[in-house]
Amino acid sequence: MKVELEADKCVASGQCVLAAMDVFDQDDDGIAILLEDTPAPELLDDVKEAVAVCPAAAIRLVDR
Amino acid sequence: MADTLAGPVPQAPDPAPEFPMPRAARCPFDPPPALKELQREAPLTRVRLWDGSEPWLVTRYAEQRAVLGDARVSADTDRPGYPTKASPDAGEGKLSFIMMDDPEHARLRRMVTAPFAVKKVEALRPAVQRIVDGLIDDLLARSGPVDLVEAFALPIPSLVICELLGVPYDDHAFFQDSTKTMVRTTATPEERGAASREVAGYLAQLLGKRIAEPKDDLLSGIAGRVTAGEIDHRQATEMALLLLIAGHETTANMIALGTLALLEHPDQLALLRDTDDPKLVASAVEELLRYLHITHLGRRRAVTEDIEIGGQVIRAGEGVILANEIANRDPEVFPDPDRLDLTRDARRHVAFGFGVHQCLGQPLARMELQVVYGTLYRRIPTLRLACPLTDVRFKNDAFIYGVHELPVAW
Repeated sequence: MKVELEADKCVASGQCVLAAMDVFDQDDDGIAILLEDTPAPELLDDVKEAVAVCPAAAIRLVDR
Repeated sequence: MADTLAGPVPQAPDPAPEFPMPRAARCPFDPPPALKELQREAPLTRVRLWDGSEPWLVTRYAEQRAVLGDARVSADTDRPGYPTKASPDAGEGKLSFIMMDDPEHARLRRMVTAPFAVKKVEALRPAVQRIVDGLIDDLLARSGPVDLVEAFALPIPSLVICELLGVPYDDHAFFQDSTKTMVRTTATPEERGAASREVAGYLAQLLGKRIAEPKDDLLSGIAGRVTAGEIDHRQATEMALLLLIAGHETTANMIALGTLALLEHPDQLALLRDTDDPKLVASAVEELLRYLHITHLGRRRAVTEDIEIGGQVIRAGEGVILANEIANRDPEVFPDPDRLDLTRDARRHVAFGFGVHQCLGQPLARMELQVVYGTLYRRIPTLRLACPLTDVRFKNDAFIYGVHELPVAW
C-alpha cells in the first residue's frame, strides 16, 4: 500500500501527525508532509486512522 | 379544464420542530432527547429557527461529515439561506476566515497556522504545565469552596493564548467580560456589537504597536502580513479577534464542564486520578470532547448548488445545520454512545467540526486539556462539588455550552 498526500488540500489540523507520527509531519506553516510513502505494515492501522480523521480528505491509501 | 379542487385536500405538513431544542432537565451532559429521536428517524429533517426560517438539520455522523466536506456548502454568513444563530450583531464585521470560503479562507487561514502545528504546540507543554501547577498551588493555599471557572478553567487558556498572541494578560478581565457578552445569546445585538467593537478596537491598537515594533509573537506575525500588503488592518483585527475568542472561551468550558462530568462519574475520574500514562490521558481528552459538546448550537452552512445527502436533495440557497453533539453520539460510529468511557477510542469525534473549517487550534486545545485532566485530579484527589448538582447553572443561554460557575472543595 502507498500513501498519497495532496498538500494543497491540507488545512493544517495536525490530525495526521497525531494519528501516525512516523509517517506524517508538518512544515513550518503546519502543512502536512509525507515522511514515508510506503510505510511498514505495522504502521498501516495508524495511516488508516490518519485517512479517516483528515478533515480535508487530503490523504489516500492506494494499492500499487 | 380539470377542476383542481376536486382532489383530496392536501394535509398541512406537521410544523418543523424548533431548533435549538431543550435538554432534559436532569441530563446536563446529554444532547436534547429530541435530537436523538430525529437521528433515529431520519438523517435529515427540517427545523424552524428563531427567525421562522426552516433549514435542514443533519443528525447522523456520516451525513454530517459528507456535508462539511463538500465544497458546494458555504460558511459565508451572507449567503442566501445561511441559518443565523441570532439577529445580526449591530455593526459587527465578520469573524475572519471561519465565515469565508476557499480560496480566500485558505489564504487567510494559512497565515496563522504555524504556531498551532503539533510539534510547536508540544514545545509549549512545559510552560502550560507550570501554569497549571501554579494555579493548583494557589487553589490549595485556600480553604475552599472556590469557583473553579474563575480560579482555574478560565485563566489557563487565557494565559496561554495571550502569551501566544502577545496580548498583555493584565488586560484579561476586560476581554473576558466582553467575550462573555459576545457569546451570550440573551445579549441584545447592540450589546454584542458593542462588546465586539471594544475588543476589536483594543486589538487594532495592539496590532498598530506591532506594526511599528514587531516582537516574537503571533500578533507580530499578523502585523507583518499587513506591512507586506497581504491583508488590511480590518482583516488583521478580525483575525486577531477570532484567535483571542476561540482561544479561551472554548477550552475554559471544556475544563470546567469536563471536571463536573468526571465528578459525576467517579469511576472514570478514578482512572485519571490513578494514572500517569499519557496515552490514557490523551484518550480521556478525546472521549470528553466526544461526550460533552460545548458548541451546542450546531455548525451552520448555506448550500450553493443542489446536493444530495442521505437520499435527500438540498437545494441551492437552503440552509443546513450540523448538530455535531448528536453525531458524536451516533451508535453507528460509537457503540453505547451515551456512556462516558475514557478508555474507548473516540478519536473520530467531530467536536472540532470537519472539513476545511475544522478547528485550527485543536492541537493546542488538546495539549491544554491533557495537562489539565492529567494533573488536577492527581494533585487534588479529594476534589468534590461544593453544591448540589441541581444548583449548578449551565450555559444554555450561550453560543458555547458549559457552566457559569463550578463551586468545588477538597
